[in-house]
Amino acid sequence: MTKLTSLSPSTLSRRGFIVGTSAIGVGLSVGVLSGCKDTSAPKDPKVDYSNLPPNPEVNAWVHIHHDDTVTVRIARSEMGQGTSTGLAQLVAEELDCDWEKVKMEFPTPGENLKRDRVWKDYSTGGSQGLRGSQQYVREGGAAARQMLIGAAAAKWDVPAEECTTDQGMIFHKASGNKINYGAMAEAANKIEPPSEVTLKEAKDWKIIGQPKLRLDTAEKLTGALKYGQDVELDGMLMASVKACPILGGKLKSYDASAVDTRKGVKKVMQLGDNAVVVVADSWWTANKALEEMPIEWDAGEFAEYSTADIDKLLDDGIQGESMPGNVKGDAEAALAGAEQIVEASYNFPSLNHACMEPMNATALWTEDSCEVWCPTQNGESVLSAIAPVSGHDISKCDVHKTILGGGFGRKGMPDYAVQAVMIAKEMPGTPVKLMWSREEDMRQGFFHPITKAKMRGGLDADGNITGLDIKISGQSILAALMPQFLEQMGGVDLFTFQGLIAPGTNPRAEDQTLKYTFPALKFHHAMKNPPIRPGFWRGVNLNQNAIYLDCFLDEMAHAAGRDPLEFRLAYLKDSPKMAAVLQAVADKGGWGSKDGRHRGLACIYGFGSYVAACADVSVSDNGKLKINKITAATDCGHAANPQQIEAQVEGSFVYGLSAMMFQEINYENGRPVQENFDSFPSMRIADMPEVETIVMPSGDFWGGVGEPTIAVAAPAVLNAIFAATGKRARQLPLKDQNLRG
Amino acid sequence: MIELNVNGKTVKYDGDEDKPLLWAIREDLGMTGTKYGCGISQCGACTIHIDGQAVRSCTYPVGALEGSEKITTIEGLSEDGSHPVQQAWAELDVPQCGFCQPGMIMAVSALLKENPGATDEDIDATITNICRCGTFARVRKGIHLAKKKL
Ligand code: FES
Ligand code: FES
Repeated sequence: MTKLTSLSPSTLSRRGFIVGTSAIGVGLSVGVLSGCKDTSAPKDPKVDYSNLPPNPEVNAWVHIHHDDTVTVRIARSEMGQGTSTGLAQLVAEELDCDWEKVKMEFPTPGENLKRDRVWKDYSTGGSQGLRGSQQYVREGGAAARQMLIGAAAAKWDVPAEECTTDQGMIFHKASGNKINYGAMAEAANKIEPPSEVTLKEAKDWKIIGQPKLRLDTAEKLTGALKYGQDVELDGMLMASVKACPILGGKLKSYDASAVDTRKGVKKVMQLGDNAVVVVADSWWTANKALEEMPIEWDAGEFAEYSTADIDKLLDDGIQGESMPGNVKGDAEAALAGAEQIVEASYNFPSLNHACMEPMNATALWTEDSCEVWCPTQNGESVLSAIAPVSGHDISKCDVHKTILGGGFGRKGMPDYAVQAVMIAKEMPGTPVKLMWSREEDMRQGFFHPITKAKMRGGLDADGNITGLDIKISGQSILAALMPQFLEQMGGVDLFTFQGLIAPGTNPRAEDQTLKYTFPALKFHHAMKNPPIRPGFWRGVNLNQNAIYLDCFLDEMAHAAGRDPLEFRLAYLKDSPKMAAVLQAVADKGGWGSKDGRHRGLACIYGFGSYVAACADVSVSDNGKLKINKITAATDCGHAANPQQIEAQVEGSFVYGLSAMMFQEINYENGRPVQENFDSFPSMRIADMPEVETIVMPSGDFWGGVGEPTIAVAAPAVLNAIFAATGKRARQLPLKDQNLRG
Repeated sequence: MIELNVNGKTVKYDGDEDKPLLWAIREDLGMTGTKYGCGISQCGACTIHIDGQAVRSCTYPVGALEGSEKITTIEGLSEDGSHPVQQAWAELDVPQCGFCQPGMIMAVSALLKENPGATDEDIDATITNICRCGTFARVRKGIHLAKKKL
């Protein structure tokens, strides 16, 4: 059993991990995190629990130990977004246990397969962590509670209906009986699981909705928490890899003899047809050898491709044919009949995720098994990707998820784990930890799609919108990553219209629909796919669409001579929830106050939540931006943990504003130019605005949290820049621009 | 062979002297709390203390040490996570993914040792660690809270 947190700094050694699955029992191996100060202390000091055999689980979600510690099993990944604590809250609520005794662990995807996917979906993206699993995890907690009650009722020979629970205890009032969960856990395991459970009503929640501290903080403060980068296995070697930085390019040649006799270097080899890898006894040795080894690439057809080519491709898209995404009425006619036409063009660049922890995976391949330890947003997709590469049946493979040092969508791809297995397969019996250098991580991205948009809007004589045309030109994620799905949708990538989609278009897009009502509109997409791998980057297409829509509405409001708040609200009459978050940030953010400050607004609906922001900025005489404060509001339906929602809002702003201010990936000779944080800067504490978050759950749905708010930060700031300067900033990133120039 | 003083213990290092301290600490000494984030002194994930000063260990070759310096890593900042900065961080639930936080905590603890009354301006000028999760608001609150606990 690999208990990551049992390693205290003083006992840290290279023997921290025990290899093999045989000792794992039910296979729950990696990432046991304690939520309470002293979970190992027995409840009753007079009882020695150590002689008792461990309790079996109550059910898949809940394992209760003799000392009443409750281990909640979480399938979704933890990458800092707090989902694991949130899900544990949901289970604990229905279980009615003592929150101070809750821990969590991650069952492996292999175990999930063996158990008929009892934990369901492992994929952790699209802000689905809570909203996509809340129903079945709460049911899991409720079922376990009912089984515990059933066991106690049988023991006392009383009707189960007469028993109650509280804080991990079962009571039978009439007989005066009471007993703790830990004492009933084994018997509960034998109780037939209920076919139906009744979930608590929201008004009765005691744990959900509370600003609980995260279960995994303590280990993050002492260096004890093991990320993928920190995995250690007996006899492990380290690897660094370099793949051709040009899409479609191949490895032409490499001179292993230049480095393979160096001390510590164990193996130099080609990986597939496009990469070369050095394996050594130290990662620094491996990476240095790789850096110094002569390597030649066969660059392929995109050898000359550059940012200028992408620009031209996207401009052609703006001029050329397009596919409709959301069309209502006759926007062309509405524009033709307008009193005033407003036009603007914006862009959104290619971006790397730049997770703080670069990609890495550790693999151990033997003649009859293959195991991987890695940070991943989708343990199951890693499992299904590595099995064919390993040459073993999937039942002989497993994936041990570690906590992720950031994911943001990048770690939903299994490419780095596949590489690790390819290497390990060449070294049977030797665990190999593959770590990408930051530079490799930057070159081998799945980049935020690059797009441009041209907007045209018509205003009548009273300053009302007659029609709106938004034409987006650029990359489709689905075309690159999910072509079958794109085909199902008739070749139109509906998700490029995220946040702009008409309600009722597609059940899978209902959480990304347009909440404004305009008399006529035409939102269309010219799909232009440059030779860059696109991917899901926190917020995905909502990032640019919120800018395209909401900055342009701001432009129209000013052209109409109307207050941007009043103007937006006029088109939100059909969406009281959206109007409410917008009004909330306006009120709290000081909108309309005559205090000489410069403010901008934005709002959008995405990932099932209503979000808005009011930014307050200053622009210096020489055109430099200072973001003073952003007031944000989110209506995510139910707010499982308000303090973590605040953290997600603040964090999403840093991620989104870092991009808006500083970041872009340019391409030269087919390869990304920016390779590290010196040329791809990220916000530091000095750049951080004050953030005030209004969590305003309206209580009748479950919306996402990790992503939606990222999308309103940039447009609110861009609109505030206009308020400060009278000039529109339409080209991202802002970094070198004189905003007054 | 160099003798190093790490977290109050003397350890022998007989590896490559060009190797940055980061990798000697992580791989040769087996202490993985100090993280690799960029390797070029940009992000601060690898921050440790050398004689109480915050140093980005990813570009600091072992050979540049005399041997007499006192090296402190996150594992040695306190025995049990009770350093005022760690306490403040726990109270405010500062970390998100947490990957940058050992470096952040080491940078902040060095600042507060030098300047126990650090102002917001001091913080802005000194704490330049990258946090991709964006914990800065709580980091700032945490620094001010830690000041009270010193
Ligand atoms: S790893 Fe040393 S500063 Fe980034
Ligand atoms: S907490 Fe994740 S990078 Fe800072």
